[in-house]
Parts: sequence; C-alpha cells; structure tokens
Amino acid sequence: MSVVERELEKKTDQDYILEAKNIKKYFPIKGGVLKRTLGHVKAVDDVSLSVIRGETLGVVGESGSGKSTLGRVILRLMEPTEGQILFENEDITSFSNRQLRPYRRDMQIVFQDPFASLNPKMNVQELIEEPLLVQTSLKKSERRDKAIALLEKVGLRPDARLKYPHEFSGGQRQRISIARALALNPKFVVCDEPVSALDVSIQAQVLNLMADLQDEFNLTYLFIAHDLSVVKHISDRVAVMYLGRIAEIAPKKNLYETPLHPYTEALLSAVPSTDVVNKREKIILKGDLPSPSNPPSGCAFRTRCPKAHERCSIDRPDLIHVGEGHYVACHLYDKQN
Amino acid sequence: MELKPQQTTSIDPGNVIDKAEKGTSPTRIAINRFMKNKLAVISVIMLIVIILLVVFAPLITDQNPTKSNLSLVERPPSADHPLGNDGSGRDNLARLLYGGRISLIVGFSAMIFTLVIGVLLGSIAGYYGGKIDAIIMRATDLMLMLPFLVLVLTIVAVLEKVNVVIFVSIIALTSWPNLTRIIRGTFLTLREQEFIIGAKAIGVSDMRIILKHFIPNAIGPIVVNATLMMATYIILESALSFLGFGIPQPTPTWGNMISEAQSIRILRNSPEAWVPPGLAILLTVLCINFIGDGLRDAFDPKSNRR
Repeated sequence: MSVVERELEKKTDQDYILEAKNIKKYFPIKGGVLKRTLGHVKAVDDVSLSVIRGETLGVVGESGSGKSTLGRVILRLMEPTEGQILFENEDITSFSNRQLRPYRRDMQIVFQDPFASLNPKMNVQELIEEPLLVQTSLKKSERRDKAIALLEKVGLRPDARLKYPHEFSGGQRQRISIARALALNPKFVVCDEPVSALDVSIQAQVLNLMADLQDEFNLTYLFIAHDLSVVKHISDRVAVMYLGRIAEIAPKKNLYETPLHPYTEALLSAVPSTDVVNKREKIILKGDLPSPSNPPSGCAFRTRCPKAHERCSIDRPDLIHVGEGHYVACHLYDKQN
Repeated sequence: MELKPQQTTSIDPGNVIDKAEKGTSPTRIAINRFMKNKLAVISVIMLIVIILLVVFAPLITDQNPTKSNLSLVERPPSADHPLGNDGSGRDNLARLLYGGRISLIVGFSAMIFTLVIGVLLGSIAGYYGGKIDAIIMRATDLMLMLPFLVLVLTIVAVLEKVNVVIFVSIIALTSWPNLTRIIRGTFLTLREQEFIIGAKAIGVSDMRIILKHFIPNAIGPIVVNATLMMATYIILESALSFLGFGIPQPTPTWGNMISEAQSIRILRNSPEAWVPPGLAILLTVLCINFIGDGLRDAFDPKSNRR
C-alpha cells in the first residue's frame, strides 16, 4: 500500500511539463495495385511517459526502437495514430498548426545530423534570426543583437555570423542548431541524438554546453540517444525503449546500478567498462530486432530474452512500479505472479 | 531568461557588426564554379552579343523590316540590302535583327510563364502531397499524354488570329507539366530533410517554408531547366512558323524567315535569305544549351564530370 500512497503523492506534487499518454504511431505499409494498406509498422506502440519540469529524461534504444518517432510525435511534428499529448497540462493533441504556433515557442528540437538540419542557403544570422522573425515582433537590430548574444552563449565567434553552414564543422553546426533552438527561450527541448554524429571529443564539449545551457535557461530535455554512456552523463531519469515500447524507466542511479529488465541488463553489460574487478558478465542477445510491423505477441522482447517464460508470449507486460520511481515492463517483477 | 550580449567578453556589439566576416554562400560558390567553365562563359558572351545586336537593331540598319517593296522582290545582296530582299521585297538584314527580338522575347517570356505555372503547381503538389498532389499529377499526366505539336497546331488553328502574347500563352499552357514534375520531385526529396522539419518546429508558415526553404534549395534544377526550356521554345517558335502556325507575317521572326525557304527557288538560289536566320537560331540555341549545362555542373558538381 505504501507504494500506492507514495505514487499518489508523487502525482500531486510533481510538476510535469509534458505528459504523453498511450502514444501510438503506426505507419501504414501500402502495396499492391490499389495501394491497399497491407499492415502497419508500429514505430511507437502504446507509450506513456511524463517529463518533470527541469529534468533531463534520457531515452535509449537501438535503432528502430521508435525513439526518434516518439520525440517527433511529442512535438506534433508527426501526427500520433492514437494517444494524448499534454504540454503544461494543456491537451495539444488535436491542435491545428495555427493553434500550435504559440506553443512552438516553448518546445524545440535539436536534430541528429548537423549537416541536414540547417538550411544550406541561409547564413548563420538568418538561421538564428528565423525563429525570432516568425514568432516575435523584434526589430531587425534587436534580432541581430540577440543572434550575437546567442552565438556567444553557445561558444561561437559572433563575427562568423555571416558565414554559411558549410563553412563550419559538425560540432560548430550543432552549436548553431542549439542557438537556433534556444532563440525563443523554450522551456522544453527534444534532443534527437544531438551528439551521435559527432566525434567523441566534440561530443563531450557539446554535452557540457547543453548541460550548462540547461542550468542557465531552466530547460527541460528529452534526450534521445542510442548510447548509454552519453545518456548517463546528462540524464536525471532514463527510459529504455524496445520495439516501440518502454521496457524500463527509472532514475539514472537505479537504472545503472540495479537494472531490472533483462533488456536493460543486456544493454548495460555491453557498455565497455574500465572496472576490472566488478566486471559485469556480458549478456549476448541472440537474434535481431524483430520487425516492428509484426512484433512478437505478449512481451516484445521475449524472442531474445534469456529469462522468457510461458506468460511472456501471452500477456503484454505493463509498466510496474517497483519503488523510487522505478518502472519496469516485465512479468518477472509482477508480484501477483 | 533575458539574453544580453555577455559583459565578460570585451567585444562591443557595435564593433562586432563591422567585423563580421562575410561567408561565401552556396549560390556564390556555384557562380564561381560556373565562371571556371570556359565553354559556358564564352556562350554567355556570345549570347550577350546576340542580344545587343538585336536590341540595337535600329543602329545597325535603317531599313524597316515589315515594309514591302515590290520592286525589290527576291533581290540578291546589294550595298543597301546586305542580305538581299525576301519574297515580298522586305529587307532581310532588318528582318534578321528585328526578328531576333521576337524570337528571343517569345523564348524568354514563354520560359518565364512556364516557370511561374510549373513552380506554383510543382511546389503545391510537392509540399502538401496527398489529394492535392494526386489531382495536380493526374493533370500533368493528362497534358503529357496529348501529342504536343498536334495540340498546339489545333489551338492555333482554332484561334485563327495569333499574336506574340497568345503564342507565348499557348506554349506555356501546353508545356508546364515537365517542369511541374521536376519541381515536385525536388520538393519531395527536400520535404524529409531535417531543416524543413526544423522550420516547422519553429512555427514557420507554409508560405515562408516554400519561399525561404524549398525554393532556394531547388534553385539549381529550376534554373537549369528554365535555361534549357528557353532553347526548346526558340526552336519550337521556328518550327511552328515554318509550318505556318507561328506568329503571322509580316511580323519578322527567325522562323518566319526560314519558312521563306519552303520555296525551292529560294532554297537553291538565295542562301543569303535563309542561312543567316538558320545560323542565328543554331548559335542562340547552342549558347543557351551550353549555359544550361554549365549551370547544371555548377549547381550539382557531382553530376557527370566529363
């Protein structure tokens, strides 16, 4: 009972900036002469998650697990097939683009590929100014001053602002993307693998920059990555996704020290470690990620799970609260079992 | 939350503004690359010379290109009429120069007109997709299905009276589908680019996304196709004039001049009447095509480097 009580307590005093409820995103597979729908790729399949104001929620998963799709659906850059998105307790799921516009100031996105996310025909100043131009009524000189200030904030020389994206390196471009995303003082930023395309040395710089900016501007991040060590560095809580579903979500410390879901265990065991004494035994997963158009029945992970049992193929596990904000979708932890 | 230029850095904003280094835009790079293409640059110069000759025609000849003089019918070249006179006694040199005006204007304005229709329909189809796209694409399919020349001939025949404006409109209204398809294709590839999604995330309006994000990035294919289209239209004008379905006499055009050579007598005895306009067409079209190829290589250096 104590668990439920604590749960209730949390619900009331927790300040959620964003809540996603039962989000589904199915992409139809069309084929045949008449372009009939033959099936669906279930990119995101019934995901619920809440982002607490001021935190960084890391989302990890292998490619194809639906994490980027989730990020885009949350920002309404893609229409969810089903589900509800609440931004600051307001249901924005059915808003039109026009209605969404004022909300766009508060939620932004930083993309993975710094070579594709900046319009090559605009110079840095135009790129950073654009959000101010479309969302505010600032004068030209004010916009320019703000662009200069933003460039300094992200550690770029303001006198480079008339250059074009192709004249910058990947890390610098990502800084430009960040400056552009921050131009409107957003509250919530989806970071869609912002450092995956960068060199390791640059990754750390950009991550530190993002952490600094988070403190300075009270940002909330939904940080998508496929790299557990990157997520560990920046996150407060971490969600692990597998085949469009959340397998486990927990505060960082719990997840990294006591992973519960067999998938999380396997992922963590694969992280190269310098600790020779307490070396985790490597769990090698067999097989590949099943097709998201035809996921296994019951638990999506059961085909590769070393601990799979009979119930796993029948029931789809729900997220179970196991204490301290640690949720896991696995029948092994279902006490009624 | 307020962003102010940081005080810790000693850069004074006023100073920074003057100091900002200018970058080279992708368009600038393309132009620089174009300038290195000798053939294309020579073609540009040649075309400029042709345009200047045509524009300053009154300074070169004082003859009236439409005035018949029955005493001079089919005269061989003379001092007053360096290229002789045509079957109605009109001065061939004057007709060549003034005719160039019409031929170039027809080619250019038909190109602009087609461009407007093609870019408009292509961008709407490529940007919005779905039903709008399907409707526009079926319309282009329908237009492409019709045999082009027969369609144009029919329209001209039905209209009876044809002038430059009508002629240009006919060309544009029958040849937009190709360009529309190209623009739509370019838009489709751009649509999934992250910077377009990023622009949507900022709340940029559809109109601004098309004008500021799509079109500047589709400028390469647009310019290249527009140039090549202009060459096609100049040839089309001559072909239709030759068949007698172009801009009617006595208005001089290069095509009209060549149609004189339908008579075996002129073809055999007076090459000065039809060779110059033929060469003019050849040279102009060749120049425009070389420029088009140069632009293609400049905008997309990965394409065929011979």
